[in-house]
Amino acid sequence: MTKTNKPDVKIAVRNLNFFYDNKQALFDNTLDIVANKVTAFIGPSGCGKSTHIRCYNRMFSLYKGHRGEGEILFDGENILDPKVPELQLRHRVGMIFQKPTPFPMTVYDNIAYGLRLHGNYPQSELDDRVEKALRDGALWDEVKDSLRKPGTALSGGQQQRLCIARAIAVQPEVILMDEPCSALDPIATAKIEELIDELKKKFTIVIVTHSMQQAARVSDYTAYFYLGKLIEYDDTQVIFTSPQNQKTEDYITGRFG
Amino acid sequence: MSEHTIKRYEDELNELKETVLSMGSLVEKAVRRSMKSLIEQDAKRARKVIERDRAINSLEIEVDEMTRNLLALRQPAAGDLRFIITTIKIVTDLERSGDLAEAIAEAMLQTEDHPLTHTDSLHNLADKAILQLQQALDCFAHGDADLAMAIIESDKKVNTLFKSLQRENLTYMMEDHRQITSGLLAYSIGKNLERIGDHAVNIAEMVVYMVRGQDVRHSSYKKAAALVAEDEQTKA
Repeated sequence: MTKTNKPDVKIAVRNLNFFYDNKQALFDNTLDIVANKVTAFIGPSGCGKSTHIRCYNRMFSLYKGHRGEGEILFDGENILDPKVPELQLRHRVGMIFQKPTPFPMTVYDNIAYGLRLHGNYPQSELDDRVEKALRDGALWDEVKDSLRKPGTALSGGQQQRLCIARAIAVQPEVILMDEPCSALDPIATAKIEELIDELKKKFTIVIVTHSMQQAARVSDYTAYFYLGKLIEYDDTQVIFTSPQNQKTEDYITGRFG
Repeated sequence: MSEHTIKRYEDELNELKETVLSMGSLVEKAVRRSMKSLIEQDAKRARKVIERDRAINSLEIEVDEMTRNLLALRQPAAGDLRFIITTIKIVTDLERSGDLAEAIAEAMLQTEDHPLTHTDSLHNLADKAILQLQQALDCFAHGDADLAMAIIESDKKVNTLFKSLQRENLTYMMEDHRQITSGLLAYSIGKNLERIGDHAVNIAEMVVYMVRGQDVRHSSYKKAAALVAEDEQTKA
Protein backbone atom coordinates (compact mmCIF):
# COMPACT_ATOMS: atom_id res chain seq x y z
CA MET A 1 0.00 0.00 0.00
CA THR A 2 1.76 3.13 -1.12
CA LYS A 3 0.99 6.74 -1.65
CA THR A 4 1.83 7.76 -5.18
CA ASN A 5 1.01 10.61 -7.55
CA LYS A 6 0.93 13.03 -4.64
CA PRO A 7 1.77 16.63 -5.40
CA ASP A 8 5.26 17.88 -4.55
CA VAL A 9 7.00 14.74 -3.39
CA LYS A 10 9.94 15.75 -1.22
CA ILE A 11 11.30 12.31 -0.43
CA ALA A 12 10.52 9.27 -2.54
CA VAL A 13 11.43 6.04 -0.77
CA ARG A 14 11.76 3.07 -3.06
CA ASN A 15 12.21 -0.52 -1.88
CA LEU A 16 14.11 0.46 1.22
CA ASN A 17 15.64 -2.51 3.03
CA PHE A 18 17.67 -2.01 6.15
CA PHE A 19 20.05 -4.28 8.01
CA TYR A 20 21.58 -4.21 11.48
CA ASP A 21 24.52 -6.44 10.52
CA ASN A 22 22.77 -9.64 9.44
CA LYS A 23 19.42 -8.81 10.92
CA GLN A 24 16.99 -7.25 8.46
CA ALA A 25 14.89 -4.52 10.11
CA LEU A 26 13.08 -2.96 7.14
CA PHE A 27 11.51 -4.81 4.24
CA ASP A 28 10.84 -3.15 0.89
CA ASN A 29 9.44 0.10 2.27
CA THR A 30 8.10 2.26 -0.54
CA LEU A 31 6.38 5.57 0.09
CA ASP A 32 6.37 9.26 -0.82
CA ILE A 33 6.83 12.04 1.73
CA VAL A 34 4.91 15.09 0.57
CA ALA A 35 6.49 18.54 0.80
CA ASN A 36 5.13 20.99 3.40
CA LYS A 37 2.97 18.34 5.01
CA VAL A 38 3.29 16.44 8.26
CA THR A 39 3.69 12.69 7.87
CA ALA A 40 3.35 10.54 10.98
CA PHE A 41 4.85 7.08 11.40
CA ILE A 42 3.05 4.86 13.88
CA GLY A 43 3.40 1.25 14.96
CA PRO A 44 4.31 -0.89 17.97
CA SER A 45 7.81 -0.84 19.45
CA GLY A 46 10.34 -2.50 17.17
CA CYS A 47 8.21 -2.07 14.05
CA GLY A 48 10.95 -0.14 12.25
CA LYS A 49 9.48 3.37 12.25
CA SER A 50 12.53 4.95 13.94
CA THR A 51 14.91 2.84 11.84
CA HIS A 52 13.08 4.09 8.76
CA ILE A 53 13.15 7.78 9.72
CA ARG A 54 16.84 7.58 10.61
CA CYS A 55 17.64 6.55 7.04
CA TYR A 56 16.50 9.97 5.79
CA ASN A 57 19.62 11.64 7.20
CA ARG A 58 21.80 8.50 7.09
CA MET A 59 22.15 8.48 10.87
CA PHE A 60 22.94 4.77 10.62
CA SER A 61 26.30 5.48 8.98
CA LEU A 62 27.62 6.28 12.47
CA TYR A 63 27.57 2.55 13.19
CA LYS A 64 29.54 -0.10 11.41
CA GLY A 65 27.52 -2.92 9.93
CA HIS A 66 24.32 -0.89 9.63
CA ARG A 67 23.31 -0.51 6.02
CA GLY A 68 20.38 0.58 3.91
CA GLU A 69 19.56 -0.72 0.44
CA GLY A 70 17.15 0.63 -2.15
CA GLU A 71 16.57 4.30 -2.87
CA ILE A 72 15.71 7.37 -0.86
CA LEU A 73 15.25 10.04 -3.48
CA PHE A 74 15.54 13.47 -1.89
CA ASP A 75 14.36 15.87 -4.60
CA GLY A 76 15.33 13.10 -7.01
CA GLU A 77 18.82 12.44 -5.61
CA ASN A 78 19.46 9.08 -3.93
CA ILE A 79 20.82 10.01 -0.51
CA LEU A 80 21.74 6.40 0.29
CA ASP A 81 24.55 6.89 -2.22
CA PRO A 82 27.75 7.35 -0.14
CA LYS A 83 28.80 10.03 -2.64
CA VAL A 84 26.22 12.39 -1.11
CA PRO A 85 28.18 14.14 1.68
CA GLU A 86 26.73 13.53 5.14
CA LEU A 87 27.32 17.04 6.44
CA GLN A 88 25.41 18.53 3.53
CA LEU A 89 22.63 15.97 3.97
CA ARG A 90 22.21 16.68 7.68
CA HIS A 91 22.14 20.38 6.92
CA ARG A 92 19.13 19.73 4.74
CA VAL A 93 17.50 17.25 7.11
CA GLY A 94 17.22 18.38 10.73
CA MET A 95 16.34 16.04 13.54
CA ILE A 96 14.63 16.27 16.94
CA PHE A 97 14.91 13.45 19.46
CA GLN A 98 12.78 12.03 22.24
CA LYS A 99 14.78 13.64 25.01
CA PRO A 100 15.59 17.32 24.57
CA THR A 101 19.31 17.59 23.90
CA PRO A 102 20.39 21.19 24.48
CA PHE A 103 24.14 21.75 24.25
CA PRO A 104 25.84 22.66 27.56
CA MET A 105 26.03 26.34 26.61
CA THR A 106 23.81 29.42 26.67
CA VAL A 107 20.42 29.63 24.97
CA TYR A 108 21.97 32.00 22.43
CA ASP A 109 24.94 29.77 21.68
CA ASN A 110 22.75 26.72 21.31
CA ILE A 111 21.19 28.38 18.27
CA ALA A 112 24.33 30.18 17.06
CA TYR A 113 26.39 26.97 17.17
CA GLY A 114 25.02 25.50 13.97
CA LEU A 115 25.00 28.88 12.25
CA ARG A 116 28.67 29.38 13.02
CA LEU A 117 29.43 25.91 11.62
CA HIS A 118 27.61 26.56 8.37
CA GLY A 119 28.50 30.19 7.69
CA ASN A 120 30.56 33.14 8.75
CA TYR A 121 27.97 35.69 9.77
CA PRO A 122 28.73 39.17 11.18
CA GLN A 123 27.47 39.55 14.79
CA SER A 124 24.43 41.64 13.88
CA GLU A 125 23.25 39.07 11.34
CA LEU A 126 23.94 36.25 13.76
CA ASP A 127 21.76 38.05 16.35
CA ASP A 128 18.98 38.42 13.79
CA ARG A 129 19.14 34.78 12.79
CA VAL A 130 19.14 33.60 16.42
CA GLU A 131 16.10 35.75 17.15
CA LYS A 132 14.29 34.55 14.04
CA ALA A 133 14.97 30.90 14.86
CA LEU A 134 13.75 31.40 18.43
CA ARG A 135 10.65 33.19 17.14
CA ASP A 136 9.96 30.41 14.63
CA GLY A 137 10.51 27.92 17.44
CA ALA A 138 7.83 29.75 19.48
CA LEU A 139 10.34 30.34 22.28
CA TRP A 140 11.49 33.95 21.79
CA ASP A 141 8.98 35.59 24.13
CA GLU A 142 9.93 33.20 26.92
CA VAL A 143 13.74 33.50 26.60
CA LYS A 144 14.44 36.94 25.11
CA ASP A 145 15.57 38.22 28.52
CA SER A 146 17.62 35.16 29.38
CA LEU A 147 19.61 34.47 26.22
CA ARG A 148 22.80 34.20 28.27
CA LYS A 149 21.42 31.60 30.65
CA PRO A 150 22.35 27.96 30.09
CA GLY A 151 20.00 26.10 27.75
CA THR A 152 19.82 23.29 30.26
CA ALA A 153 18.17 25.65 32.78
CA LEU A 154 15.00 25.81 30.67
CA SER A 155 11.99 23.57 31.34
CA GLY A 156 11.65 20.29 29.40
CA GLY A 157 9.16 21.75 26.94
CA GLN A 158 11.27 24.87 26.44
CA GLN A 159 14.40 22.73 25.92
CA GLN A 160 12.58 20.78 23.21
CA ARG A 161 11.51 24.00 21.50
CA LEU A 162 15.12 25.21 21.82
CA CYS A 163 16.21 22.06 19.97
CA ILE A 164 13.58 22.73 17.29
CA ALA A 165 14.78 26.36 17.01
CA ARG A 166 18.37 25.09 16.75
CA ALA A 167 17.36 22.68 13.99
CA ILE A 168 15.49 25.30 11.98
CA ALA A 169 18.16 27.99 12.44
CA VAL A 170 20.25 26.41 9.68
CA GLN A 171 17.18 26.36 7.42
CA PRO A 172 16.80 22.68 6.66
CA GLU A 173 14.21 21.44 4.17
CA VAL A 174 13.00 18.48 6.18
CA ILE A 175 12.62 18.07 9.94
CA LEU A 176 12.57 14.58 11.40
CA MET A 177 11.04 14.22 14.85
CA ASP A 178 11.52 10.98 16.74
CA GLU A 179 8.89 10.98 19.52
CA PRO A 180 9.47 14.66 20.28
CA CYS A 181 6.83 14.89 23.00
CA SER A 182 7.12 11.61 24.87
CA ALA A 183 9.05 13.25 27.73
CA LEU A 184 6.74 16.29 27.92
CA ASP A 185 3.56 17.12 29.84
CA PRO A 186 0.29 17.74 27.95
CA ILE A 187 0.68 21.53 27.87
CA ALA A 188 4.27 21.42 26.59
CA THR A 189 3.07 18.77 24.11
CA ALA A 190 0.27 21.03 22.91
CA LYS A 191 2.77 23.86 22.35
CA ILE A 192 5.01 21.59 20.25
CA GLU A 193 2.01 20.37 18.28
CA GLU A 194 0.90 23.94 17.62
CA LEU A 195 4.46 24.70 16.55
CA ILE A 196 4.50 21.72 14.17
CA ASP A 197 1.39 23.10 12.52
CA GLU A 198 3.19 26.42 11.97
CA LEU A 199 6.46 24.84 10.85
CA LYS A 200 4.91 22.84 8.04
CA LYS A 201 4.37 26.04 6.09
CA LYS A 202 8.16 26.23 5.67
CA PHE A 203 9.37 22.68 6.19
CA THR A 204 8.46 19.10 5.41
CA ILE A 205 7.94 17.23 8.66
CA VAL A 206 8.15 13.54 9.43
CA ILE A 207 7.23 12.53 12.96
CA VAL A 208 7.52 9.20 14.72
CA THR A 209 5.08 8.92 17.60
CA HIS A 210 3.81 6.31 20.02
CA SER A 211 0.74 8.40 20.65
CA MET A 212 -1.86 7.60 18.05
CA GLN A 213 -3.89 10.58 19.18
CA GLN A 214 -0.88 12.79 18.47
CA ALA A 215 -0.53 11.33 14.99
CA ALA A 216 -4.24 11.99 14.47
CA ARG A 217 -3.94 15.55 15.73
CA VAL A 218 -0.83 16.77 13.93
CA SER A 219 -0.36 14.83 10.73
CA ASP A 220 -1.72 15.04 7.20
CA TYR A 221 -0.61 11.53 6.29
CA THR A 222 -0.07 8.51 8.47
CA ALA A 223 1.99 5.39 7.81
CA TYR A 224 1.52 2.24 9.88
CA PHE A 225 4.56 -0.01 10.23
CA TYR A 226 4.62 -3.53 11.58
CA LEU A 227 7.63 -5.87 11.75
CA GLY A 228 9.63 -3.67 9.41
CA LYS A 229 6.95 -3.57 6.75
CA LEU A 230 4.86 -0.61 5.69
CA ILE A 231 1.35 -1.95 6.19
CA GLU A 232 -0.75 1.04 5.23
CA TYR A 233 -0.13 4.63 4.20
CA ASP A 234 -2.91 7.10 3.57
CA ASP A 235 -4.50 10.39 4.56
CA THR A 236 -4.56 10.57 8.36
CA GLN A 237 -8.32 11.01 8.26
CA VAL A 238 -8.72 7.76 6.32
CA ILE A 239 -6.33 5.82 8.58
CA PHE A 240 -8.24 6.84 11.70
CA THR A 241 -11.78 6.48 10.38
CA SER A 242 -11.70 3.78 7.71
CA PRO A 243 -8.36 2.01 7.43
CA GLN A 244 -8.27 -0.53 4.62
CA ASN A 245 -5.99 -3.07 6.26
CA GLN A 246 -7.18 -5.26 9.14
CA LYS A 247 -3.76 -5.01 10.83
CA THR A 248 -4.00 -1.21 10.86
CA GLU A 249 -7.56 -1.41 12.18
CA ASP A 250 -6.48 -3.72 15.02
CA TYR A 251 -3.61 -1.45 16.00
CA ILE A 252 -5.58 1.80 15.80
CA THR A 253 -8.49 0.42 17.82
CA GLY A 254 -6.31 -1.16 20.49
CA ARG A 255 -6.91 -4.79 19.54
CA PHE A 256 -3.24 -5.40 19.04
CA GLY A 257 -1.41 -8.22 20.82
CA MET B 1 -11.97 -9.38 14.72
CA SER B 2 -9.85 -9.90 17.80
CA GLU B 3 -10.73 -8.35 21.15
CA HIS B 4 -9.46 -5.10 22.62
CA THR B 5 -6.43 -5.30 24.86
CA ILE B 6 -8.42 -3.24 27.37
CA LYS B 7 -11.19 -5.60 28.47
CA ARG B 8 -13.36 -2.84 29.99
CA TYR B 9 -13.47 -1.03 26.65
CA GLU B 10 -14.53 -4.24 24.91
CA ASP B 11 -17.25 -4.73 27.55
CA GLU B 12 -18.48 -1.14 27.18
CA LEU B 13 -18.78 -1.49 23.39
CA ASN B 14 -20.64 -4.79 23.78
CA GLU B 15 -22.95 -3.27 26.36
CA LEU B 16 -23.70 -0.37 24.02
CA LYS B 17 -24.60 -2.75 21.22
CA GLU B 18 -26.81 -4.85 23.53
CA THR B 19 -28.65 -1.73 24.74
CA VAL B 20 -29.29 -0.51 21.18
CA LEU B 21 -30.57 -3.96 20.24
CA SER B 22 -32.85 -4.09 23.32
CA MET B 23 -34.20 -0.71 22.35
CA GLY B 24 -34.67 -1.93 18.78
CA SER B 25 -36.51 -4.99 19.97
CA LEU B 26 -38.89 -2.84 22.05
CA VAL B 27 -39.56 -0.64 19.02
CA GLU B 28 -40.22 -3.63 16.79
CA LYS B 29 -42.64 -5.03 19.39
CA ALA B 30 -44.38 -1.65 19.68
CA VAL B 31 -44.99 -1.51 15.92
CA ARG B 32 -46.23 -5.11 15.81
CA ARG B 33 -48.49 -4.59 18.83
CA SER B 34 -49.92 -1.33 17.55
CA MET B 35 -50.89 -3.08 14.30
CA LYS B 36 -52.27 -6.07 16.19
CA SER B 37 -54.38 -3.77 18.36
CA LEU B 38 -55.75 -2.25 15.16
CA ILE B 39 -56.56 -5.59 13.54
CA GLU B 40 -58.10 -7.07 16.66
CA GLN B 41 -59.67 -3.78 17.77
CA ASP B 42 -57.98 -4.26 21.12
CA ALA B 43 -57.93 -0.85 22.87
CA LYS B 44 -56.20 -2.29 25.93
CA ARG B 45 -53.26 -3.41 23.84
CA ALA B 46 -53.12 0.00 22.10
CA ARG B 47 -52.94 1.76 25.48
CA LYS B 48 -50.12 -0.53 26.52
CA VAL B 49 -48.15 0.46 23.43
CA ILE B 50 -48.62 4.14 24.33
CA GLU B 51 -47.57 3.50 27.91
CA ARG B 52 -44.48 1.50 26.97
CA ASP B 53 -43.08 4.20 24.72
CA ARG B 54 -41.53 5.67 27.87
CA ALA B 55 -39.25 2.65 28.17
CA ILE B 56 -37.99 3.28 24.62
CA ASN B 57 -37.36 6.93 25.42
CA SER B 58 -35.37 6.13 28.53
CA LEU B 59 -33.24 3.63 26.58
CA GLU B 60 -32.46 6.40 24.11
CA ILE B 61 -31.13 8.51 26.97
CA GLU B 62 -29.13 5.57 28.28
CA VAL B 63 -27.53 4.95 24.88
CA ASP B 64 -26.70 8.65 24.54
CA GLU B 65 -24.94 8.62 27.88
CA MET B 66 -22.97 5.51 26.95
CA THR B 67 -21.82 6.98 23.63
CA ARG B 68 -20.88 10.28 25.28
CA ASN B 69 -18.72 8.47 27.80
CA LEU B 70 -17.08 6.28 25.16
CA LEU B 71 -16.19 9.31 23.05
CA ALA B 72 -14.83 11.28 25.98
CA LEU B 73 -12.96 8.51 27.74
CA ARG B 74 -11.84 6.04 25.06
CA GLN B 75 -11.06 8.20 22.03
CA PRO B 76 -12.38 5.52 19.68
CA ALA B 77 -10.95 5.21 16.18
CA ALA B 78 -11.63 3.39 12.90
CA GLY B 79 -14.27 0.62 13.17
CA ASP B 80 -15.04 1.42 16.82
CA LEU B 81 -15.56 5.07 15.96
CA ARG B 82 -17.86 4.18 13.06
CA PHE B 83 -19.83 1.82 15.31
CA ILE B 84 -20.32 4.53 17.96
CA ILE B 85 -21.30 7.17 15.39
CA THR B 86 -23.78 4.67 13.95
CA THR B 87 -25.39 4.08 17.34
CA ILE B 88 -25.65 7.83 17.95
CA LYS B 89 -27.52 8.22 14.67
CA ILE B 90 -29.72 5.15 14.77
CA VAL B 91 -31.11 5.62 18.29
CA THR B 92 -32.86 8.69 16.94
CA ASP B 93 -34.40 6.60 14.17
CA LEU B 94 -35.44 3.96 16.69
CA GLU B 95 -36.92 6.48 19.10
CA ARG B 96 -38.93 8.12 16.30
CA SER B 97 -40.12 4.74 15.08
CA GLY B 98 -41.32 4.13 18.65
CA ASP B 99 -43.22 7.43 18.51
CA LEU B 100 -44.77 6.38 15.21
CA ALA B 101 -45.93 3.08 16.76
CA GLU B 102 -47.45 5.14 19.56
CA ALA B 103 -49.21 7.31 16.97
CA ILE B 104 -50.62 4.18 15.30
CA ALA B 105 -51.91 3.02 18.69
CA GLU B 106 -53.52 6.42 19.25
CA ALA B 107 -55.14 6.21 15.81
CA MET B 108 -56.42 2.74 16.75
CA LEU B 109 -58.27 4.27 19.72
CA GLN B 110 -60.00 6.65 17.30
CA THR B 111 -61.06 3.78 15.07
CA GLU B 112 -63.35 2.61 17.87
CA ASP B 113 -65.75 5.36 16.78
CA HIS B 114 -64.74 5.27 13.10
CA PRO B 115 -63.96 1.66 12.17
CA LEU B 116 -61.71 1.11 9.17
CA THR B 117 -63.53 -0.58 6.33
CA HIS B 118 -60.71 -1.52 3.95
CA THR B 119 -57.59 -2.72 5.70
CA ASP B 120 -55.88 -5.14 3.28
CA SER B 121 -53.45 -2.57 1.86
CA LEU B 122 -52.69 -1.33 5.35
CA HIS B 123 -51.82 -4.85 6.53
CA ASN B 124 -49.68 -5.38 3.51
CA LEU B 125 -47.82 -2.12 4.11
CA ALA B 126 -47.40 -2.95 7.82
CA ASP B 127 -45.87 -6.34 6.98
CA LYS B 128 -43.32 -4.71 4.69
CA ALA B 129 -42.42 -1.90 7.11
CA ILE B 130 -42.05 -4.29 10.04
CA LEU B 131 -39.86 -6.56 7.91
CA GLN B 132 -37.69 -3.55 7.00
CA LEU B 133 -37.30 -2.61 10.64
CA GLN B 134 -36.55 -6.17 11.70
CA GLN B 135 -33.95 -6.54 8.95
CA ALA B 136 -32.41 -3.16 9.83
CA LEU B 137 -31.86 -4.40 13.39
CA ASP B 138 -30.49 -7.71 12.09
CA CYS B 139 -28.00 -6.02 9.78
CA PHE B 140 -26.86 -3.78 12.63
CA ALA B 141 -26.51 -6.77 14.97
CA HIS B 142 -24.44 -8.78 12.49
CA GLY B 143 -22.68 -5.98 10.64
CA ASP B 144 -24.27 -7.22 7.42
CA ALA B 145 -23.81 -4.55 4.75
CA ASP B 146 -25.36 -6.74 2.01
CA LEU B 147 -28.61 -7.02 3.94
CA ALA B 148 -28.42 -3.26 4.58
CA MET B 149 -28.18 -2.63 0.84
CA ALA B 150 -31.19 -4.92 0.28
CA ILE B 151 -33.21 -2.83 2.75
CA ILE B 152 -32.27 0.38 0.94
CA GLU B 153 -33.39 -1.22 -2.33
CA SER B 154 -36.67 -2.49 -0.80
CA ASP B 155 -37.76 1.01 0.20
CA LYS B 156 -39.10 1.70 -3.28
CA LYS B 157 -41.65 -1.08 -2.85
CA VAL B 158 -42.86 0.33 0.47
CA ASN B 159 -43.23 3.77 -1.06
CA THR B 160 -45.22 2.30 -3.97
CA LEU B 161 -47.49 0.44 -1.55
CA PHE B 162 -48.12 3.62 0.40
CA LYS B 163 -48.94 5.55 -2.75
CA SER B 164 -51.48 2.95 -3.83
CA LEU B 165 -53.01 2.95 -0.33
CA GLN B 166 -53.32 6.70 -0.63
CA ARG B 167 -55.10 6.45 -4.00
CA GLU B 168 -57.35 3.66 -2.75
CA ASN B 169 -58.44 5.64 0.31
CA LEU B 170 -59.03 8.73 -1.75
CA THR B 171 -61.38 6.73 -3.98
CA TYR B 172 -63.35 5.40 -0.98
CA MET B 173 -63.64 8.87 0.49
CA MET B 174 -64.84 10.34 -2.82
CA GLU B 175 -67.38 7.56 -3.22
CA ASP B 176 -68.81 7.92 0.28
CA HIS B 177 -68.19 11.03 2.36
CA ARG B 178 -69.15 9.12 5.54
CA GLN B 179 -65.85 7.32 5.10
CA ILE B 180 -63.76 10.46 5.22
CA THR B 181 -62.78 10.18 8.91
CA SER B 182 -61.84 6.50 8.70
CA GLY B 183 -60.13 7.15 5.36
CA LEU B 184 -58.02 9.87 6.91
CA LEU B 185 -57.19 7.58 9.83
CA ALA B 186 -56.11 4.83 7.42
CA TYR B 187 -54.05 7.39 5.53
CA SER B 188 -52.30 8.59 8.67
CA ILE B 189 -51.57 5.04 9.85
CA GLY B 190 -50.19 4.25 6.39
CA LYS B 191 -48.04 7.37 6.50
CA ASN B 192 -46.67 6.33 9.89
CA LEU B 193 -45.82 2.88 8.57
CA GLU B 194 -44.11 4.36 5.52
CA ARG B 195 -42.04 6.57 7.85
CA ILE B 196 -41.05 3.58 9.94
CA GLY B 197 -39.73 2.10 6.69
CA ASP B 198 -37.79 5.32 6.05
CA HIS B 199 -36.20 5.09 9.49
CA ALA B 200 -35.26 1.47 8.77
CA VAL B 201 -33.57 2.69 5.58
CA ASN B 202 -31.68 5.34 7.58
CA ILE B 203 -30.47 2.61 9.94
CA ALA B 204 -29.42 0.45 6.99
CA GLU B 205 -27.48 3.36 5.46
CA MET B 206 -25.62 3.87 8.73
CA VAL B 207 -24.85 0.14 8.86
CA VAL B 208 -23.23 0.40 5.42
CA TYR B 209 -21.11 3.23 6.84
CA MET B 210 -20.34 1.24 9.98
CA VAL B 211 -19.19 -1.81 8.03
CA ARG B 212 -17.63 -0.30 4.91
CA GLY B 213 -16.79 3.26 5.91
CA GLN B 214 -18.82 4.52 2.93
CA ASP B 215 -21.45 7.20 3.36
CA VAL B 216 -24.33 6.19 1.09
CA ARG B 217 -26.97 8.52 2.53
CA HIS B 218 -28.91 10.76 0.18
CA SER B 219 -27.83 8.84 -2.88
CA SER B 220 -29.88 6.59 -5.11
CA TYR B 221 -29.65 2.85 -4.57
CA LYS B 222 -27.69 2.53 -7.82
CA LYS B 223 -25.15 5.11 -6.72
CA ALA B 224 -24.91 3.58 -3.25
CA ALA B 225 -24.31 0.11 -4.70
CA ALA B 226 -21.60 1.53 -7.00
CA LEU B 227 -19.87 3.18 -4.03
CA VAL B 228 -19.89 -0.07 -2.07
CA ALA B 229 -18.59 -2.06 -5.06
CA GLU B 230 -15.77 0.46 -5.55
CA ASP B 231 -14.86 0.12 -1.89
CA GLU B 232 -14.77 -3.68 -2.12
CA GLN B 233 -12.51 -3.49 -5.15
CA THR B 234 -10.03 -1.31 -3.25
CA LYS B 235 -10.00 -3.80 -0.37
CA ALA B 236 -9.38 -6.74 -2.70
